[in-house]
Amino acid sequence: MSQRQVLQVFEQYQRARTQFVQAVAELAARPQNVGLLQSAGVVSLLRPLLLDVVPTVQQSAALALGRLADCNNDLAEAVVKGDILPQLLCSLSEQNRFYKKAAAFVLRAVGKHSPQLAQAIVQCGALEMLVICLEDFDPGVKEAASWALTYIARHNSELSQAVVDAGAVPLLVLCIQEPEIALKRIAASTLSDISKHSPELAQTVVDAGAIAHLAQMILNPDAKLKRQVLSALSQIAKHSVDLAELVVEAEIFPVVLTCLKDSDEYVKKNGATLIREIAKHTPELSQLIVNAGGVAAVIDCIGSCRGTVRLPGIMTLGYVAAHSENLSMAVIVSKGIPPLCVCLIEEHEDHIKAAAAWALGLIGRHTPEHAHAVAAANVLPTLLAMYLNTNSSEDLQMKTKKALKNILQKCTHLPALESLLHDAPLNIMKYIVGQFSKVLPHDSKARRLFVTTGGLKKIQEIKAEPGSLLQEYINTINSCYPEEVVRYYSPGYPETLLERVENYHPVF
Amino acid sequence: RSEDEDRKSKYKAAVRIQSWFRGCRVRAYLRYLNKMAICIQKWWRGYQSRRYFRKLLETAYFIMKMNFYNEMAVRIQKRWRGYYVRKYIHNYYTLKKYLEAISVNNETVRSELQKYAEMKENEEKRKDLEKKEKEKKYQARKMHYLLSTEQIAGIYNSPFRKSPDPMELLLRESKPLSHRRQEIRSPFGSELYDWPTCKRPPTFSTVQPLLAIGRQKPQGPFRDTAEVLQQRYKPLEPTLRVAASINSPLEKAREEIKREEWRNRIHDNEFLPFSSFHKNEKYEPSIHTSGKYVQETYGVKHFREAHPKKWVAGKDFKTVLPSIVLFEKFGKTYSRTGQIV
Repeated sequence: MSQRQVLQVFEQYQRARTQFVQAVAELAARPQNVGLLQSAGVVSLLRPLLLDVVPTVQQSAALALGRLADCNNDLAEAVVKGDILPQLLCSLSEQNRFYKKAAAFVLRAVGKHSPQLAQAIVQCGALEMLVICLEDFDPGVKEAASWALTYIARHNSELSQAVVDAGAVPLLVLCIQEPEIALKRIAASTLSDISKHSPELAQTVVDAGAIAHLAQMILNPDAKLKRQVLSALSQIAKHSVDLAELVVEAEIFPVVLTCLKDSDEYVKKNGATLIREIAKHTPELSQLIVNAGGVAAVIDCIGSCRGTVRLPGIMTLGYVAAHSENLSMAVIVSKGIPPLCVCLIEEHEDHIKAAAAWALGLIGRHTPEHAHAVAAANVLPTLLAMYLNTNSSEDLQMKTKKALKNILQKCTHLPALESLLHDAPLNIMKYIVGQFSKVLPHDSKARRLFVTTGGLKKIQEIKAEPGSLLQEYINTINSCYPEEVVRYYSPGYPETLLERVENYHPVF
Repeated sequence: RSEDEDRKSKYKAAVRIQSWFRGCRVRAYLRYLNKMAICIQKWWRGYQSRRYFRKLLETAYFIMKMNFYNEMAVRIQKRWRGYYVRKYIHNYYTLKKYLEAISVNNETVRSELQKYAEMKENEEKRKDLEKKEKEKKYQARKMHYLLSTEQIAGIYNSPFRKSPDPMELLLRESKPLSHRRQEIRSPFGSELYDWPTCKRPPTFSTVQPLLAIGRQKPQGPFRDTAEVLQQRYKPLEPTLRVAASINSPLEKAREEIKREEWRNRIHDNEFLPFSSFHKNEKYEPSIHTSGKYVQETYGVKHFREAHPKKWVAGKDFKTVLPSIVLFEKFGKTYSRTGQIV
């Protein structure tokens, strides 16, 4: 008929397609509709629309697919099996930025569910396309591409290696320098996920010059960005001494301590994690941290937080104290023991309690002064109670036992030891008695106190195997006292006296 | 026979004497040898033992000296090691000072961090306050009509109050909001706003004209597709001169289309005699350039003033510097038909 009517038919069809695709995109945003959409066979309907002539339809179709794949695993697998990914990627480099964003969104939604799906994405050759997107000018496209790379690299080290081989790391370092905050966040989280798997990957990230930029961004006021940056630095530093030294050389030190005072909990946690990863390698690095006042900041951080956020701080104190006795004394002088005791008592989670017990054990095990400081904080009965408590997990029991063992072997603070004497089980008892047997032969006042507080009586009640170490200690202690006293306090003494009374015939 | 026996006895006696004498001699000789041997051995053994003894003596002396030296060395090392350890490794006093320095440092660090935390808190509070202030001012601007007038007291200026409410004062100071045209927001635009760097939501042109079906892709990745379309299909905004004219081109074009439609219902070709009517119209010159008798050519034929009488030479100036060879090729490397330069 007329030209206009023919064109009108096409216009109607185009309008219908656009409406369909935009409606599906909107419905897919709500998770309750996803099941219905899946049963209606939406994936196979959207697939040809991806190759549509009109860019609006293409972009909306890609967006709808991305949202569907985001919601659940099955749809993501359906997207992969339906051969959609090659079509999505075939003309990506010529498309405009909305299409690139939508395509990167689809890749991210599919890749986040499991390593197999991520592997499928890599095999389709998606990584080259994502790297091309990373080179684009628009920051939104870069952000979507690096988000997709994050999810792919997160699963395991082979996938991370594939991402690195595609040449993504220098581009990510460039992305970090961009002014948009969201792009910086995502790029930092990608670098963090890449470097967490192995030292070689971390070295690749470092070789691209990431550390200097990450260190500069610690000063940024945005909380989420700081989280990602601190997490990236800690993943780099955790692998080896050289990497940790490189991170420290970037002059993070006084600045990181301000992160420990941030109002956001996870910034504090990641800051404490970074300090922990640096402190655990060598005594020199721990010394550096102590000299910069890091221990005080970590202790304050432990005091102000609750829950799992405290855990890296506690482990930092443990690692610092483990290296040498001077460092451990530095921890004690910075008032490190009261917060650890508070943690032991207050926390509900067993693994945090176990970490606190482990840290206390490492602090107290070096010399008698250290053990004295720990014992004076009145924490030994708590440790013992936790060890004996049947509800504690095995890990907690083991750690408290080790801590008690280490501290008791050096403890000469007799009042604390005595309070433990009454409740301890046999395997702990031998250390306590051993310490008494070392101290008592030399100190007469202590001997007197020992008798008056009922310690000697308790010792007599212990049944030890003859010839065992415990028996030797008991004999040593008994030899410090005159025989009548020992006999007086031995169990069953009143009975023997009464027997003697019975058998005594008065002499007139 | 007696001489024989005499002879025999003498012979035997002689033999005996001789044998005894020879025996003596031999014995003496042997004794002599023995003595000599003993002498030699005596001398040799004495010599050996003296040597041996000398060696023993020397070793004993040597051992005695070594013990002495060892003892002295031990004394020196004892002193030195004690000194060294006490000064450098387990220096009690520096350790004490170090720990004190650490506690001082910790105190400074703690106070600094405390100050930093307080500063941040103050900043947060200030931001909150400012936001609230802004909110209040905005509300006051919106509700400017609640201001009290001479006759009627507004709600914030009740006659039963001693002084007007602070809101009233705000209202007095604020400028009323002007009417703002509502921006055309596409219904799907706000939902796609979850990309944080997306400052404007990408508008899928539902209110803008639909894209032509066989069109080329827009050039360059920078502009919003909808914007480009808007520019392309922008409605004509003629100048006053053009619009004011009765026979303005818009109306003329519209009439042309209408006439075509009327015609196409019946007949596909234009009627020839009448169709050239509106094609031979006279051109209307612009008012600005028409003079009393003649049209000015400035603005139409030329744009610059030229005074040929003032020219120094008849030809153009020549350049002194030689031209750059590469630039001479401009426009001449390919033929005009290819249009590549």
